[in-house]
Amino acid sequence: MRFIVCIKQVPDTTNVKIDKRTGRLIREGIPSIINPEDKNALEEALKLKEKFGGEVIVISMGPPQADEALREAMAMGADRAILLTDRAFAGADTMATAYSLGSAIKKIGEYDLVLCGRQAIDGDTAQVGPQLAEFLSIPQITYVSDLNIEENKVVAIQELEDKRVKWEANLPALLTVTAEANKPRYPTAYRIMSAYKEKDVEILEKKDLDVDEKRIGMDGSPTSVKRIFSPEPKGKGEIIKEEPKKAAGILFNRLRAKNIL
Amino acid sequence: MDYSIPKELELLRKTVKEFAEKEIAPVVEDMDREGKFPEESIKKMAKLGLMGLPVSRKYGGAGAGMLGYCIAVEEIGKVCNSHGTILGAHTSLCCMPIEMFGTEEQKQKYLVPLAKGEKLGAFALTEPNAGSDAAAIETTAVRDGNYYVLNGTKIWITNADRADIIIVLTVTDKALGARGGITAFIVEKGTPGLSVGTLEDKMGIRGSSQAELIFENCRVPKENVLGDVGAGFLVFMKGLDCGRLSLAAGCVGGAQACLDASIKFAMNRIQFGKPIWENQAIQWMITDMATEVYAARNMVYHAIWLKGTGKRFTKESAMCKLFASEILCRAIDTALQIHGGMGYMKKFPIERMYRDARITRIYEGTNEIQRLVIANMISREMRKS
Repeated sequence: MRFIVCIKQVPDTTNVKIDKRTGRLIREGIPSIINPEDKNALEEALKLKEKFGGEVIVISMGPPQADEALREAMAMGADRAILLTDRAFAGADTMATAYSLGSAIKKIGEYDLVLCGRQAIDGDTAQVGPQLAEFLSIPQITYVSDLNIEENKVVAIQELEDKRVKWEANLPALLTVTAEANKPRYPTAYRIMSAYKEKDVEILEKKDLDVDEKRIGMDGSPTSVKRIFSPEPKGKGEIIKEEPKKAAGILFNRLRAKNIL
Repeated sequence: MDYSIPKELELLRKTVKEFAEKEIAPVVEDMDREGKFPEESIKKMAKLGLMGLPVSRKYGGAGAGMLGYCIAVEEIGKVCNSHGTILGAHTSLCCMPIEMFGTEEQKQKYLVPLAKGEKLGAFALTEPNAGSDAAAIETTAVRDGNYYVLNGTKIWITNADRADIIIVLTVTDKALGARGGITAFIVEKGTPGLSVGTLEDKMGIRGSSQAELIFENCRVPKENVLGDVGAGFLVFMKGLDCGRLSLAAGCVGGAQACLDASIKFAMNRIQFGKPIWENQAIQWMITDMATEVYAARNMVYHAIWLKGTGKRFTKESAMCKLFASEILCRAIDTALQIHGGMGYMKKFPIERMYRDARITRIYEGTNEIQRLVIANMISREMRKS
């Protein structure tokens, strides 16, 4: 089987701060990482490969330095890596990104499953996965916390705020995976060395793809970011100051009153 | 001069750093209190391929070179010196001598499973009457047909009770002493006549085990001589050259951890209405620590580079071990002082790190022996010039 995983290189926002004056992320000195939930998507693909055989291809659109993220993915176990990089792709919003990724995936040829992270920690839109499924005209299941392939179908659990839904879709399909799905494996030392010394990242530029120029990059982006701001923090949590046993009882009753338990 | 670290080794550093923080750090407190070998995290390290970092890929290693290995030891050293010690004894003192001196058969049979982390290694030199004076060992190996018969007792052997494969130094010709009379053997766990004696209870590095190894008419096949008969001292010296470098790398990591913890604490601890960082007394402690860490790290990386050129690095390796272990002990002492009472309490890691650091000035050659090695090398250079 062939599994395609879309990954994005993002600034490690656990350390990032926002410049209060300009509203922009302060990116200086912030390390770049693979978007965490994309690692969960990759882990699912690697597990499926171990179970059913086949290959895992990681694909990313970004500047040349996204090479590092793709090599890290190969160090985790991906067989091939493709980087979509061209000045013409720069400034893409989620739609232009999904369109470009879709064009590249069509070029790869046959595949069984496309896996994406639920959302990226820098933009938080959760849009690229669903839009990509539309461009590829394949079924999609979002917010997946558990999945398996049974015969020619993918069976997945969708994790919603108030419920879990079990879905089934024909292959090929696209799934977006949440952090709850798994604990991504560490790259192994052996594979780290292979990823740099024995493997290459395949580069795709605009000229390599069958794309409509008006639908890529800044020109192909119907949306643009107007302003970035931190939402007001929610009010402080309530602290129940009682004996542990009594506090647990109060908490239990509150949760039951809200139908959570 | 190019001081950049190759990208693959940066990824290795990032991976080991994350691994050490997430998989090693949580087990260290219990491990230290109970003096228990960290079996689970060592297994995880093996899974990551950390047990054969400098070993070439054809023998099951990662092929990450001495630099990759030392970077990993540095990151582990930031979190736990017990894990670093276990890894160091296994890699520098067992894997590397077999790769340097072993026959092809020995490499296939012993190095491959060691480098893959399927087996654990150890190195047995020290005896009750021979430590710094390594040539004074008394364990004997006497030829008997296709075998050598080993008799004697080794003490304080790191990984002794856990190791599957042990390099043992013995006397094969007492008259020749260090020059031709000492032979190294590869001995497998379970060989009749080999048993593990007392397990030591220690001040620090309580997760790594040091134990007695007792040889009573232990018959080892002659194929298991490592290097040439009588050339055991060379195996020992060359192994230690590497061991001292990786040990120094671990000290750099430990000292960096002291520095990081001190800065964080000094910036956040408010006394007299301001962070204690704002006192020059504290600033000077931290700047000296930062300077020494910088110097030690560059010494280690430079010596690794020197090793890579194929030149002898015995002097530099001894200098790295000497300096890095001394700055580590100063750094942890300063860090404890900056943390005050909190540094002295067992519920914070500084107290353990203080106990763990002290051994680095003693093992793999005391710092006094390092000075002797450096002096000998200087004398030799003087004679040559």
